[in-house]
Amino acid sequence: MNESEAIDAIRRALAEVAPEIDPAGLALDVPIARQVDLDSMDMLAVLAAIEEITGIEVPERDVARLETVAGGASYLMARAGGGGA
Amino acid sequence: MGELRMPSLGADMESGLLVEWLIAPGDHVARGDVIAVVETDKGEIEIEAFEEGEVGSLLVREGDSAPVGALIATLVGGTTPADADELPADAAAVPVPTPAPEPPAAAPPAPPRVRASPAARMAAERLGVDLAAVTGTGPGGAVGVADVERAATGATTAGDAGAPSEDPSEALRRAVGAAMARSKREIPHYYVALDVDMGPASAFLDARNADLPPSRRLVATALLVRALGLAVRDVPELNGHFRDGRPRPSEDVNVGVAVAMRGGGVVAPAIHEVDRLDLAAVMEALRDLVTRARAGRMRGSEVSDGTITLSALGSGSVDAVHGVIYPPQVAIVGAGTIADRPWVVDGSLAVRPVATLTLAGDHRVSDGRRGGRLLMRMADLLMRPEEL
Repeated sequence: MNESEAIDAIRRALAEVAPEIDPAGLALDVPIARQVDLDSMDMLAVLAAIEEITGIEVPERDVARLETVAGGASYLMARAGGGGA
Repeated sequence: MGELRMPSLGADMESGLLVEWLIAPGDHVARGDVIAVVETDKGEIEIEAFEEGEVGSLLVREGDSAPVGALIATLVGGTTPADADELPADAAAVPVPTPAPEPPAAAPPAPPRVRASPAARMAAERLGVDLAAVTGTGPGGAVGVADVERAATGATTAGDAGAPSEDPSEALRRAVGAAMARSKREIPHYYVALDVDMGPASAFLDARNADLPPSRRLVATALLVRALGLAVRDVPELNGHFRDGRPRPSEDVNVGVAVAMRGGGVVAPAIHEVDRLDLAAVMEALRDLVTRARAGRMRGSEVSDGTITLSALGSGSVDAVHGVIYPPQVAIVGAGTIADRPWVVDGSLAVRPVATLTLAGDHRVSDGRRGGRLLMRMADLLMRPEEL
């Protein structure tokens, strides 16, 4: 998985849960929570969507790594590259 | 002869527009089965049968309105108290649905909404189609999924959709506003608050969620709903309604959960019998409720059966929310964002994750000490989350 694939996966997951946003317009380094109105249940839905799109399951302890789109993309690339460690 | 009647889905509801029948003559209906989709100013609600039997006749056409309490369908071999004098003598023999009488106009009518089935609305959103521009081919000009799909491919028939449609979130906002204004006019509110150490609850959630996939993880709101459902049994006068000048406490504990709608506005459908559900079941019910509420698919019993409501702000918000009681309920509990705060532990300062719980109560039914008791009992339960 390269960076643009990882960023795209996160954008698609967010767009699924919050259809009113423009995924391409999201700033990569600003916390997602400041750009999109997501409550805790929405976050679980985003994680489920990420898993569906990428096959990567994000455990609860790693959720903080997805604070920004860029951070989330790095995390997903590391997980994908490491063979899902 | 059994009866299916238009239910009251809100304190101010006078009539409902029957958007779509989900049953047909000859179907067997059990109590609780969803029978039709009714449009109210809170959006589209699925109404349920309160009796069982085999469907006889459907008495209201899709696209027509019926007043609250009006007979909308008959059941054969139903289980009903015999109110034979209320039925038209030849009801069983009516094969063709007759239109219901027009509801009395109580307030200046709102601009007409586009009549469309929920499936059509979801399709319109998904396909980026403006419902107001779609010509409906269903009963009364109602828009169905096929109409939306046709519009999306550009194969629309010429012709306008009639009067301009109103944004559904505008209608919802107005309905919520009217209910809240009425609440403030009629209910003498008092307010109490309590800060709670959510350390044990947070640790419990982290441990529980560590090995679960997202679809089975718990959120803090589920703990709050369950704690409220159990705590209110200690202060039963806060669980129920005030109607016709009297408090009417309820046997069932149906906790309404405030859900923010994506286009704006708040609805508060209820999870039934929270005191009898375990935590996993509460979480499942909560997830299902929130998803359906946001998709405009709540059920009549959820909208009208709440006995007390929880308004939880969730994460990333402010310390406290002081709610407005949803009539005819008599209390509403608020929960602010859980945040680290200075806290006293054994006489010394420490840092703990803390949430502020509030309660607004109807002073005709309870007072500050009783309201405070509910919050203290909730706090006790939240300090021992494994018992929830």
